[in-house]
Parts: sequence; C-alpha cells; structure tokens
Amino acid sequence: MFLSKPYRKIASDGLWNNNIVFGQNLALCPLLAVTGTATNGLGMGLATLVVIICSNGLISAARHLIPSEIRIPIFVLLIAALVTLVDILMNAWAHELYKVLGLFIALIVTNCALLGRAEAFASRQPVRYALWDGLMMGLGFTLVLVTLGAAREISANGTLFANASLLLGHSFKFLEITVIHDYKGFLLMALPPGGFIMLAFIIVSKRLIDRKLAQRKAIIKIVTPVIAEESV
Amino acid sequence: MKVDPESIEHWKRKIAAYRVFLKNWLEPSNLAGLRPKLKFQTGILAGFALMASVLLGVTNCSTEGTIQKRLDEDLKKSLEEVVPAALYDNNILQDTLSIPSADYNIGAKETMVYIAKKLGKVTAVSFKFIAPDGYSGAISMIMGLDREGNILGVRILSHKETPGLGDKIEVTKSNWILSFVGRSLDNLSKQQWAVKKDGGDFDQFAGATITPRKSVQAIYRGLQLFKDHQTQLINP
Repeated sequence: MFLSKPYRKIASDGLWNNNIVFGQNLALCPLLAVTGTATNGLGMGLATLVVIICSNGLISAARHLIPSEIRIPIFVLLIAALVTLVDILMNAWAHELYKVLGLFIALIVTNCALLGRAEAFASRQPVRYALWDGLMMGLGFTLVLVTLGAAREISANGTLFANASLLLGHSFKFLEITVIHDYKGFLLMALPPGGFIMLAFIIVSKRLIDRKLAQRKAIIKIVTPVIAEESV
Repeated sequence: MKVDPESIEHWKRKIAAYRVFLKNWLEPSNLAGLRPKLKFQTGILAGFALMASVLLGVTNCSTEGTIQKRLDEDLKKSLEEVVPAALYDNNILQDTLSIPSADYNIGAKETMVYIAKKLGKVTAVSFKFIAPDGYSGAISMIMGLDREGNILGVRILSHKETPGLGDKIEVTKSNWILSFVGRSLDNLSKQQWAVKKDGGDFDQFAGATITPRKSVQAIYRGLQLFKDHQTQLINP
C-alpha cells in the first residue's frame, strides 16, 4: 500500500469499520429520507461529502481556539454557516445542479454525522488527517446511500439510477437501467418503512461479512483468539 | 503625497511586532492557558458568530443579483414551455397585468399575468400560482392558457414533495403534467377536475395521492381566476 499507516487506518474506519451508518448508526434521518432512488442517494452523498470535508478542515484548523465548554455551539454555528454558504453559492454559480441537488443541501444541517466527526475526530487531529477523515467518511456515507438507494429502487420500481442524467449530465444516461422489466412495483420499499427494512438487511450482511473475515483471521492465526466486535 | 521614510519604518516595525504577538498568541500552549477563561470563551463565541454572519452577509449580497438573474432565466424558460414561442412576438416578461387573486387560494393576493401578443393581439396568457396545501408545503406552478381558456401547458416551478413519489409532478420525472394540455373549464365538468380516486379524470401516483390531488385543485382554481377576468385579460 502506498498510504502510511494512520491514513490507512482512517480510510478503513471511514469506509467500513466505523462507517457513519454501519459503525456509528448516525445520519439516519437524511439517509432514510432520500434513498428512494440510487440517484438521490448519490446526490445527497456528494453534497454531504463536500460539506463534511470543509467542516472537518475548518474545525481542525481552529481546534486550539475552541474551548471545550462551548465547542458544541461553535461546531453547530460553523456547520450551519457552511451549509448555507454552499447553498447560496451553488444557487448562484451552479444553478442547474442546484435545481437537482438543492433539495438535499438543506437536509445536511440535520446530519448529526458532521457534528459527530467534528467532536470525535476533527477537534483533536491535525488538519491533514481531518481532511482525509472527512473525505473517507463522506465516501463511506455515499457508498451506503447509493447501495441502500439502489436496493430500494430495484425492489420498489425495478429500475436503477433512474433520472441519473438529470444529476450528472447527459453523458451519464447509460447508468439508467431497467433491471426488472414489467415490474408491478412494491410501494413499501419506496416509503420510509422500506428504508428501515432494507437498512436492517444491509447492516446484517455487513456484520456477516465481518464475522466471516474474523473467522478466517482466526484460522490463519490459530493461537490468536477471536476478538469480539467492539461496538457496532 | 510625500511619505516620510521614518514613518514607513515605524509602521513596518509596528506590523512586525503585531505579527510576532499574534504568532505567540496563537501558540497552542498559550491558547491552552486562555481557553478556560470565561472572557476568552465569550470572545471566541462572539468572534465565530461575527465571522459567520459577515461571511454569509457578504456572500448573500454579492450573489443576490446573480441569483435573481438565474431566476429570471428560469422564469423565461418556463414561460416558453407553457406558451409556445410561435404564439407571441412581444417581450412577455415586460408585458404584464396584475389582477387580484386573494379569493382563489392560489398563494398570492395579487397575481402577475404575463400576456403573450402577436401583432398586438392577445394570443395567450400565463401566470404563476401556488398550491399552498401540498403534501409537504407549497407547490409552485406556472400555467399557459389560450384566449378561450384552454390549457397550453402547466409546469411545476418548485415543490418540496417526497423525492421518488410526489416529484412525478415534474415534467422531467413523468408525463403526468402533460395530461392537462387542452383541458379547460368548458370541456371538463367540475366533477372531472379531480384525481381518479376522487372520481375525476386525472391519474394519481402510486403512493402519492395528495400531491396530484392538490395540484389538480390548484390548477382548477387558476382556471377560475382566468375565467373571471377573461374579458379584462384578452382585451387590454
């Protein structure tokens, strides 16, 4: 691997072990609200990615200035200001994109994962680690959003990445696939309960994979006992 | 203006001194001592609040014009979608008439009607209106009508309906909104101006009945607004 150890640790935490949804069980509000389709999940994921990188970087840069007694109001203030800033700037300079993504930008404020990362990571680490952590956490979140969105979209409508060309431009028309032809539709999956059900399936499969991996490790190193999963 | 070289030196020294002070002040060890102090905490919170509000204020002021321009472009584009460009040769954004609409529950006390004229004769009108009672907030729409009150086109300008369910009212997501073309108060009865679930003529969506129902009702009220002011609008 070309990355040094702390970077690799942050990456594996963000993408898998301590993933915002899998590991921390945070950000369920925007998660369940927008993952009706894979495209919406992708849009929300990308918007969150940008904001979490900015907020992590900013908070890490100012970490020595922020007294622990009033850290929460300052984090909230910074995150809310950042989200509003992105909202205004996108409206002015990327208006076409804003018309598609605009719906999701305001929802980022409700994303406690940003506050969680500020509190647990960015306020204690140097800027470069905080930026990398923001990128990895954002990517991990995007991954879950797209997976959950795709699973719900296929089971609800039988399509995948419907309307993706609206979000990403016409050259991405090829992403729009009809997976199951003449599908009658399964409404439940498009509604919030379907989100919960599908999320449960995804989290269970993540744990099964983790268990398989742990077992394999245990077989390789017979002397090392299997360590129980810390906190999932 | 003549500048005293000594005063330049003086200012240079002063700025250098400030920079050294700031650098020392920003040292983590110095800040660690300051952080528990109440005065410092108050100042920092106020400082961040000030920084955030200045930043937002400046951004808002500097982008206000651009955003307005983008909205105007959007408006023009949506006007062209509901009133075919072949129908008019005037500047439709400027040729407007304001009519009172407080009694129609379409979101505004005054409705601005954009009048399309060809060779001086009114060919079509267009106006924005709002369904204030959508599933999750107001649904803003625009509609184009010909002289007789037949719908030339309806489009959704903005809404907060559920993504994936209620957003099928957008023309980019489904053809539903096109089913209004050619309809009017004359060729459909009051009963037919409703979604099929309510015994009317228009489809609802699987999983979202309220959004299309409220849209149909608002379009109906918009048509009434036109009918009540028809003579005034088509003979300016």
